[in-house]
Amino acid sequence: MSGKATLPDVPASRPVALAWLVGVLLVGILLSVMVGSVPVAPREAVRALLAGAGAADDPVVAVVRQIRLPRAILAGIVGACLSLAGLGFQAISRNPLADPSVLGVSSGASFGVLVAMLLGLAGPFANPAVLTLFAFAGALLAAVIVYAVAQVDGRLPITTLLLSGVIIGLFFTACVMLATALLAAAELQSVVFWLMGNLAPASGRTLAVLALVLAIGVAVLSREAGQLNLLALGEEQALQLGVEAERVKRLVFVAASLITGAAISAAGSIGFVGLIVPHAARLLLGPDNRALVPAAGLLGAAFLILADLAARTVVAPAELPVGVITSFCGAPLFIYLLRTRRGGEPL
Amino acid sequence: MNLVEVRGVTYRYRSGQGVEDVTFLAAPGELLGIVGPNSAGKSTLLRLLSKVVLPRQGHILIEGRDITSLNRVALAQRVAVVPQAFHVAFPFRVAEVVLMGRYPHATGGNWGHARDREVARAALEAMGILDLATRRMDELSGGEQQLVSIARALAQETRVLLLDEPTAHLDLGHQRVVLEILLRRRQEGQAATILVSHDLNLAAEHCDRLLLLAGGRVRTAGRPEEVITAAHLEPAYGCPVAVERHPVSGRPRVQGILNHRGAHGAASQHSPDVREAGRP
Repeated sequence: MSGKATLPDVPASRPVALAWLVGVLLVGILLSVMVGSVPVAPREAVRALLAGAGAADDPVVAVVRQIRLPRAILAGIVGACLSLAGLGFQAISRNPLADPSVLGVSSGASFGVLVAMLLGLAGPFANPAVLTLFAFAGALLAAVIVYAVAQVDGRLPITTLLLSGVIIGLFFTACVMLATALLAAAELQSVVFWLMGNLAPASGRTLAVLALVLAIGVAVLSREAGQLNLLALGEEQALQLGVEAERVKRLVFVAASLITGAAISAAGSIGFVGLIVPHAARLLLGPDNRALVPAAGLLGAAFLILADLAARTVVAPAELPVGVITSFCGAPLFIYLLRTRRGGEPL
Repeated sequence: MNLVEVRGVTYRYRSGQGVEDVTFLAAPGELLGIVGPNSAGKSTLLRLLSKVVLPRQGHILIEGRDITSLNRVALAQRVAVVPQAFHVAFPFRVAEVVLMGRYPHATGGNWGHARDREVARAALEAMGILDLATRRMDELSGGEQQLVSIARALAQETRVLLLDEPTAHLDLGHQRVVLEILLRRRQEGQAATILVSHDLNLAAEHCDRLLLLAGGRVRTAGRPEEVITAAHLEPAYGCPVAVERHPVSGRPRVQGILNHRGAHGAASQHSPDVREAGRP
């Protein structure tokens, strides 16, 4: 064989797959603005989406642009945040079962939000960035505790990681309940609704804060994606290949907590997205994080938009919390992944 | 110039194990074997040489430069490690894993360019596993994964190669592939290869020099016929051994003795229990 010959090109299909994911996302957005109490035809929906600001008095444009599109954008950003958080936690714990909800990080973020509410920092006129910061702090606190508890001799065995995630999650859930009990009755209903996972219409400011946080998360994960691949060989091998493993892990840890916090503060506790989406993206594109970061972001956005569509339609005119849909998809997948884990790694 | 220079290095884990005042050299074209009983400090030495841990005392020089003055990437361009256990967490393909060996040579954190792919292909070819290139790691046998691990280290194109029990889980045919690679590196005369092994006979048969570690200290170092002697091995391993010559190569060959019969004088002093347990 000639020395010039190169390897079979494993990732050749990547740009095509990413283009498909963009397509899926666009279709998801289109569907979500079409379906609702007032159905909108596809052609009308496209026209409304592309209409200029002048068409604001057209009722179809108003429904699409002012009600359904912001909701789809919120769902998309939250889905992307949770998926990328899952991807990050999975890469640094070298395990596909890590997910913000499984690890108790989501509960920590919820607690952070409730603390902000108790302090009177939430509400319609509050700064959404403050809420996000509190959720971030809660998520980070929970994540630090979970990883500290789970660590055995500098390693992170999956059993202790999952157990400590469950326990810390339960603890923060109890804290949330305590805080809920302290809240005024007037706020109670919205809190309960939010806790269940709820993509209520969000203000432009909230969306802007979320988009900014997502951009930070994407930037950090994209920058570290290649080094996260090397972490799959084990921390020691990563060091021996030139990766500052500790720095990479810490950075991704903080970024994943930040985007978890942002997602939770905006939409409440929506479970398992960070488990389902990276798994699906890995099936499509393989485990290279350099491809998974854009893929998980796009797929996560599309997934939550479609899950929200389902939540709005299956019991229409009533509405399910979107967290119900994601958990119904995620829990069976979690069990499947747990039972079919490949050999070589002791449980 | 010596590629590896270890001078008076001491490192202790909290458990008390580690290495104490270890000194040795490895020159270009040399295949150095590090042997010794369990917890002698063999793997600790490899972790020190690859800067996973830093020596408490003493100095380590790679290509004449102190290891503390090299950043991780610069060190990874000079030293590659084949670990004892190689487990890849996600279902990466063989080609992707071998390409990871190119990371320290890549610019801007992106690797996989034409030259990287050529080097990775050559490494797979050298290990005789080019046909596995598109297979997923989790589909391979333990032995095949070990060959991938070595190919990954070769793709790193370093002058120093450290291998921790590279043949422990390999069948005879695969062992041969690995040994041929090591012998070819020696023949080319540019690189130093350090082989940690439990297999005294394998080390004695192929290494130019051996370093016998026990309890974290260097017990003796030298050519295999100087190191593989009952006088050195019995105190290190705490059991009687019989040493003979390999019929073809003339290198020393060693076997532990379970029964007092056939053991020479020194053996019985070290193993009164063995004698009593022997057949009547």
